[in-house]
Order: sequence, then C-alpha cells, then structure tokens
Amino acid sequence: MEINLKVWKQKDAVSDGKLIDYKVSHVSPDMSFLEMFDVLNEELIVNDQEPIAFDHDCREGICGMCSMVIDGKPHGPLEGVTTCQLHMRSFKDGDTITVEPWRARAFPVIKDLVVDRTAFDRIIAAGGYISVNTGNAQDANCLPINKDDADDAFMSASCIGCGACVAACKNASAMLFVSAKVSQLAKLPQGQPERYTRVANMVAQMDKEGFGACTNTGACSAECPKEISLTNIAQLNRDYMQAKFLENA
Amino acid sequence: MNWFTQTLNSTLGKKYVMGITGLFLMLFLVVHCGINALVFFPDDGELFNRAAHFMATNFFIRMGEVVLFLGIIWHVIQSAIVTRTNAKARPQGYAKFANSSPWYSRSMGLLGTLILIFLVIHLAHFWVKSRITGLEEVNYGSEKMEDLYIKMVETFSNLWVVIVYVVAMISLSYHLMHGFQSAFQTFGINHKKYTPLIQMIGMIYSIVLPLLFAAMPIVIYLRGY
Repeated sequence: MEINLKVWKQKDAVSDGKLIDYKVSHVSPDMSFLEMFDVLNEELIVNDQEPIAFDHDCREGICGMCSMVIDGKPHGPLEGVTTCQLHMRSFKDGDTITVEPWRARAFPVIKDLVVDRTAFDRIIAAGGYISVNTGNAQDANCLPINKDDADDAFMSASCIGCGACVAACKNASAMLFVSAKVSQLAKLPQGQPERYTRVANMVAQMDKEGFGACTNTGACSAECPKEISLTNIAQLNRDYMQAKFLENA
Repeated sequence: MNWFTQTLNSTLGKKYVMGITGLFLMLFLVVHCGINALVFFPDDGELFNRAAHFMATNFFIRMGEVVLFLGIIWHVIQSAIVTRTNAKARPQGYAKFANSSPWYSRSMGLLGTLILIFLVIHLAHFWVKSRITGLEEVNYGSEKMEDLYIKMVETFSNLWVVIVYVVAMISLSYHLMHGFQSAFQTFGINHKKYTPLIQMIGMIYSIVLPLLFAAMPIVIYLRGY
C-alpha cells in the first residue's frame, strides 16, 4: 500500500505547528498504525530528516500511551481500539490520512504528536486512590463484594487514562476519565472511607487543570478505546452532589 | 467563597444550575402549552381568554412569573459562562474532526440563542402588550376581560410571524431533545432500568410539545379572521 499522511509537526509547546505532507510506500496491510510511523521515521532518519515524535509504549492496547487523532477521530476509525491496535488494513491504498495530537489546553503539545498528560496524574494524585495502612496483605476473600458491583468496578477500572475522551469532547472535558476512577472506587468497600473527599478533591483538581465542563454529548464514550460508559459520569454527578450538599467534603 | 458558591462555580455545579433551571423551564412549557392549547377550542377564544385572565390576575401565578423570568435569566447567563469556559479548554482546534455525537447535542448554544431571540420577539408580541401597554377588552356576560385571543389572531395573520414561530419551535424541539435527558444525566440519574424510559419520554416531550406550540400560529393563520 501507499499512504499519504498529513502530520502535525510542532517544535515545542510554545512554537506554532502545522500539518506536513508525507508519503509512505511499501506499507503492509498487516502493519499497525504505529508500525507505519516506524517505517516512515526510519526513512526520515536515513534521509537526514527529523523523525516525527509520537507516544507509544506497550503496543498491545493496555498502556494508554498512544494518542493520535486520525482523520478526526481519537485512536482512528475503529471502535473500542487504541491506535496501536489499529491496522493499515482499515485504510485503502492511496488514502490521505490526517494525524493530529490530542487538543486541549490541559494537554499542551510537547512535540509533534506528543502531549503532556500529567494533568491526569495530578487528578489521580488528588484522590484517585485508597489509603491502606501497611502490613500483611489481607486474605483474598475476607471482604465480600457483590458480583455485579465487582463487574461494574472492573468495567470502570478498564480505563487506561489515554485521554481520548478529552480529545473527542467538544469541550475538552475530562469527566469520563475522572468518573471512571470515582465510580470504580465508589463501587468497592475499600473505596468508601474516602469516597466523598475523593470526588470533591478530584473535581477541584480537574477544574484547576483547565478541562471544560461536560455537556453530555456522549462523544467521550463513543470514542473511548475501552468503551467506558456514560453511567460513570452519572455516578460522578451523583457523588459530587452528595459530597457537596450532604457530606462534609 | 463559601461552600455553596464554590460548588456552583465548579464545572459540575454549573451543570447542576443548567439542569435545574432547564427542568423548571420544561415544567413551565407544559403549563404554557396546556393553557394555550385552549385556542384550539372552537368558541372564538372565550375559554382561552378566561384561562389567560385567571393567569394574569392570580397572585401566586404572578409571583411564579417572577421566578420564571429569574429562571430564564439564570439559565441564559450560566450557559454563556459554561460556553466561555468550554471554549477556553481547547484554544487550538482540529484541522480535521469527525464527530461522534448528535449535532443538536453539540449545538445547544446556537439553538438556545435562536430560542432567546425568539423569546424577545414573543414577549414583545404578547407579554409586553398584555402586561404593560394593554389589550382590547371583551365582554363575556357580565364579565369584562382582556382579549388576548384577538391579539393572537392579529399577530398570526402575518405569514412571516408564523414562519418565525415555526422555526423557533423546531429549534426548541432539538434543544429539548438534548436537554431533557441531559438534565437527568446531570443529576446522576442514569440506570439501565429507567434511562430508556426517560429517553422515550424526553423524545415524546420534545416532539409533541413544540409541535403543539407550532400548530397554534399555523391553525390561527389558516383559520383567518
């Protein structure tokens, strides 16, 4: 296959960027989208040109590092799939594909397609955890958990924190990400002691980072590679209301 | 800032305000539509005029009107604030973007602005005349009251006015289509047992209510004097 690319090139956070045209020949339909970028970058290096910077790590859809908006869709055209799991067979020979970084004030571009997602880390640090005193590990089944709750918590926990929800949202809102962690811990007994301070602190940090407000368009969930549901956002709305109006958080 | 204003100033708090004022306005629309639907009654507007007279003279309904105006103003101002915050959250847009949400969900600001413009026209047509500048009067037996019905007949004899009203009701329909179920989501009501019902009621509400409203100018225009 031969693929034409329009890729966002930007030197650093303060410089202006623009779309640059590239042509990649000898693309195998079995390559992943990232492997196609590897091929292109090797060519660029051989020709003494600067390679394109992009984020990646596990390349098996679980780390949440890859972050490309491909033809206007975070992680590309497939549903429930990260960029690394997107293969070139999803495109046609001769296609022109536009590739841009996540765009949000809270995710400044570091270089080209790489954005700084530490805002997510700071939100998690604000309360997306449970405090456990050190000591021996508990017996596995000493805390009985309803199977439905365990399943729901697991669904929420499958968020990989890639930020596609922010990239897809017209308001660059981080609600789906924040709600996934809030819901996961709200469903489990271990999450109860800090439940309401957690939601209050995480929302405060989310607002401080400059993410937009949720307007319930549902784009986040539609583009989420882990298909995190909007019921998580409802849980966040509910818990925040309880935290602010009924609890001391 | 105390806890209350701080909560309402958070991104979630702003949405609670949008939701609660939105639900309140939706409730008002039901009352408004119900009373106005009396114009369909074939009695040259007597029943409608009597209902309008009651609404205009009842103390509690007058107080309700004040709350209604406050609700509208709060909904509008809050939406302007949210829209501004949200615009700032993405200073650099995408060169190419494929949407995965319904267009009307993304266009609430535009639809709301159209409705606001309509509201100004609509208030000038009826509210200003019935509350401030005065209306013609009509006698029903020994009772004398304002003839709001004849004002409607006059206003809707102009085809352009009818078109403006119908376009506004189409905007309202899409605005409600998102707003109704979105308000429930904002208050955390999303459950696999109830959400399909809420969505169905929202869909029926946002189609039937604007349709009834739009039918009023159309029917009156076609009925003629």
